[in-house]
Amino acid sequence: MQELINRAKELLADGTVARVLGWKKGDFVYNPEPHIFTSAEELEKDFVYDGFCGANLSKYMIRASKMEGKTLVFLKPCDTFSFNQLIKEHQVVREQAYIIGVGCKGKLDHRKFQEMGLGDIESITGINLMDECDVAKVTTIYGDKKEVPFADVMLERCHFCKTKDHQIFDEKMLGSKETTDTEGDRFDEVRRIQAMSPEERFAYFRSELSKCIRCNACRNVCPACNCLHCVFDNTNYDTAQKANADSFEENMFHIIRAYHVAGRCTDCGECSRVCPQSIPLHLLNRKFILDMDELYGEFQAGSDTETPGPLTAFTMEDPEAGAGLERSRG
Amino acid sequence: MQRIGVFVCHCGSNIAATVDVAAVAEAAKSQPGVVFATDYTYMCSENGQNLIADSIKEYGLTAVVVCSCSPRMHEATFRKVADKAGLNPYMVEIANIREQCSWVHKDTEIGTPKAISLMKTAVAKVNLNTPLQEGESKVTKRALIIGGGIAGIQTALDIADAGYKVDIVEKTPSIGGRMSQLDKTFPTLDCSSCILTPKMTEVAQHENITLYTYSEVESVSGYVGDFTVEIRRKARYVHEDICTGCGLCMTKCPSKKAKNEFNRGLNTRTAIYTPFAQAIPNVPVIDTEACIHFRTGKCGICAKNCAVQAIDYEQKDEIITEKYGAIVVATGFDLIDLKPFGEYAYNLSPDVVSSLELERILNAAGPTSGHLQRMSDHRQPKEMVFIQCVGSRCEDDRRGKPYCSKICCMYTAKQAMLIKDHYPDVNIHVFYIDVRTPGKAFDEFYRRAVEDYGVDYIKGQVGKVTPQADGTLLVHGVDMLDQKVVEINADMVVLAAAVEPNPDIRKLATMLTLSIDNNNFLNEAHPKLRPVEAATAGVFMSGVVQGPRDIPETVAQAGAAAIKVVGLLAKDKLKTNPCVAQSDELYCNGCSVCQNVCPYGAISYTEKEVRDHGVRDTRRIAQVNPALCKGCGACSVACPSGAMNLKGFSNRQIMAEVDTVLCQ
Repeated sequence: MQELINRAKELLADGTVARVLGWKKGDFVYNPEPHIFTSAEELEKDFVYDGFCGANLSKYMIRASKMEGKTLVFLKPCDTFSFNQLIKEHQVVREQAYIIGVGCKGKLDHRKFQEMGLGDIESITGINLMDECDVAKVTTIYGDKKEVPFADVMLERCHFCKTKDHQIFDEKMLGSKETTDTEGDRFDEVRRIQAMSPEERFAYFRSELSKCIRCNACRNVCPACNCLHCVFDNTNYDTAQKANADSFEENMFHIIRAYHVAGRCTDCGECSRVCPQSIPLHLLNRKFILDMDELYGEFQAGSDTETPGPLTAFTMEDPEAGAGLERSRG
Repeated sequence: MQRIGVFVCHCGSNIAATVDVAAVAEAAKSQPGVVFATDYTYMCSENGQNLIADSIKEYGLTAVVVCSCSPRMHEATFRKVADKAGLNPYMVEIANIREQCSWVHKDTEIGTPKAISLMKTAVAKVNLNTPLQEGESKVTKRALIIGGGIAGIQTALDIADAGYKVDIVEKTPSIGGRMSQLDKTFPTLDCSSCILTPKMTEVAQHENITLYTYSEVESVSGYVGDFTVEIRRKARYVHEDICTGCGLCMTKCPSKKAKNEFNRGLNTRTAIYTPFAQAIPNVPVIDTEACIHFRTGKCGICAKNCAVQAIDYEQKDEIITEKYGAIVVATGFDLIDLKPFGEYAYNLSPDVVSSLELERILNAAGPTSGHLQRMSDHRQPKEMVFIQCVGSRCEDDRRGKPYCSKICCMYTAKQAMLIKDHYPDVNIHVFYIDVRTPGKAFDEFYRRAVEDYGVDYIKGQVGKVTPQADGTLLVHGVDMLDQKVVEINADMVVLAAAVEPNPDIRKLATMLTLSIDNNNFLNEAHPKLRPVEAATAGVFMSGVVQGPRDIPETVAQAGAAAIKVVGLLAKDKLKTNPCVAQSDELYCNGCSVCQNVCPYGAISYTEKEVRDHGVRDTRRIAQVNPALCKGCGACSVACPSGAMNLKGFSNRQIMAEVDTVLCQ
């Protein structure tokens, strides 16, 4: 971690960048937060990069792109897909960013500690990326001590890691470690839900989405949700700030959001990570990704900055209208 | 709030028989904004139109809903009425209670509530309508004809004679098309070449016509009055402007084994060739796959023998770009693939031929110099069997077509009579499902074949054709009138293969955004009232590309297409559709999704300073070119932030319609 701070200080000092977009220590060890650092002192005092730094910093570059001078941004391999996608959508300016691709050995899911009764972490070792992080040693504020296998407390998305290769960077620092599970793939859960009867499936999503408190965290964190004014807040329509007629209308928020990011979602998983209600929102996006892969051929949003998404491009090989419906009927 | 008038049409009994029109008008009266509602027998009649115009004035209407037929039918009519009465024509909405209601339902119990629902939807929409103004666009006074068969030739001549410039793009090395392959034509038996060649020459010599043979349309952009077309002029390897057409190169060419496409592969041709003697232009092309020079780098005999050095092995394809005001599609037809019809032994015996192959055999310039003979042993046949409807009126869509190819009955009678004329001793049997002869002097022609020439017409189908050891073909058929099995030992079998549109039409339809039917024939803007216009403005059709037809019909349609083109080119300006997309700069996110999905290249982006709630900000914003926008709405659907709206079909209007339907 110190080498990241040292490099950031160097780049600040020689004027290459005007600021540093990184992670700042949180109130607790498990909640570091995205932050813009402007001085060496600040970096020394508060910069952190460890297993809890799951936050994808790409989206913050939208505003940073409009600032004077370059911004140093730390991007993990999976974050670079979002950055590329944002270049494609003209939301970030490549030249305004100095990208350090940081290695990743998998990120931790605080919720999984909570499920083990270890939520109130006082200290934890094994999450520092300098170490071989197979086991995390946790001490809670109640003095409980426990060793848990790293894989058991890792974010779901890291079990199905897309790649440890950065898609875009100026330089790379720190090593990565393969975290992908040997069995299954990211669509297993989608397929399980697909196999349900329509009634079961409806009940499943109604139950999950009923937990939503419309805090908008998913929308605010999502790199694809980059509209200046979200349609849900667009006063040109009669839907903005409207009281919901029933609870299903509330659920529609997530369904519409999934449609809006379809073809642009890189499956970064931030929506589910930040949801305070633990709704598996990423499953809606993955369903779209699976459908598009099957209908239009495999496509990973953000793997480059040019290729148009399958939903916004036409080729003669595209399935004819109605192919999706035929398919859903089996 | 608008002051809305609702006018419910009976359409005689077309609507009134299935919809209680008075109830629809009554229900309209309680809708928000409606100040007047009534019903009338024919809203499109003069009295009906006056009723609308008078009501606009009497009740001070600001918007009108007409519950009638499809807007494709009479939207323009009612917009004109509103315009004359001083109301902006785009304040008129049509509720389609005929095609989408009365015609698809059987009784008033279902029809009436649905018509009321459609009326409410239109009222909800028109409440949000805003007056729109039409713009103007220029007209390029030049037409493009795609396809140089008789359809394209006649269309081009008629337009050129009216004084407008015309370009013909023809894929093959010569114009002439299918008609140039025919021997004689029904029902007058005049020689096909004799009537076609003068027209081909006229095209070549016409000062208003430019010919691009051996060329294909590469891309089309723009819109009615102002199309930009890229044409690929394929390398001929012979300079068109230098070649004198002496033909020495063809005589000297040592590569003589290439399949002769013009003779349907019945004989061979040289590598450097013109498809037929009267080819226009009379300039050969080199078939690089057959040419020894292109395959081995040696030979070069044609170049050595060319007195004017017209041969250029280094010639490359050339792309030219030209502007047109109108485009006519006349890409014609081919016969279907006969390979899947194994029962007729087309693949097994060279003596089973398609009707077009027989046409070449009968032609004096064909592979047998016009002598009727079997392709296997060059013997003159004694027994001939013609099989009708091979792939036409066929239920099996994997190999045949559901439609009647229309021309086969007549050309079969023609071919039978031509053969009988020259070879009276040949016995001809025709297996048919029905003989269809609607047309001037057609039935008389067919009857002559039966009565005067003694052609044996057998109502029934052939089950199998089996090649025999002695070289004959055993034809098993059924005579349905006598209810017996027929066996004929034939020397030759002729298959009347179904026609199908040239397969290139699919690619062309995509470029021109044309609609095609299940059989790849082009759809008309209206099957009865606009039969030569495509649904895309400024695009017209001529010939078999629209559906099976014979030469006189094609020529008549070519004239019809030409007058439509002339009518368009005669205008200096066109009114543009004001229902185009518009982006709200305060909501536009600059993401380019709209630009990526726009099929017309109508959207560009610009950096613009905007004031958003008092904050100045320079943003990347979408701009729509209203001249290029066709109002398809793809952008407004794709826009994630709802910044893109189609005027006349705004997101709010659509949502209001949906809400109205769902909230009943």
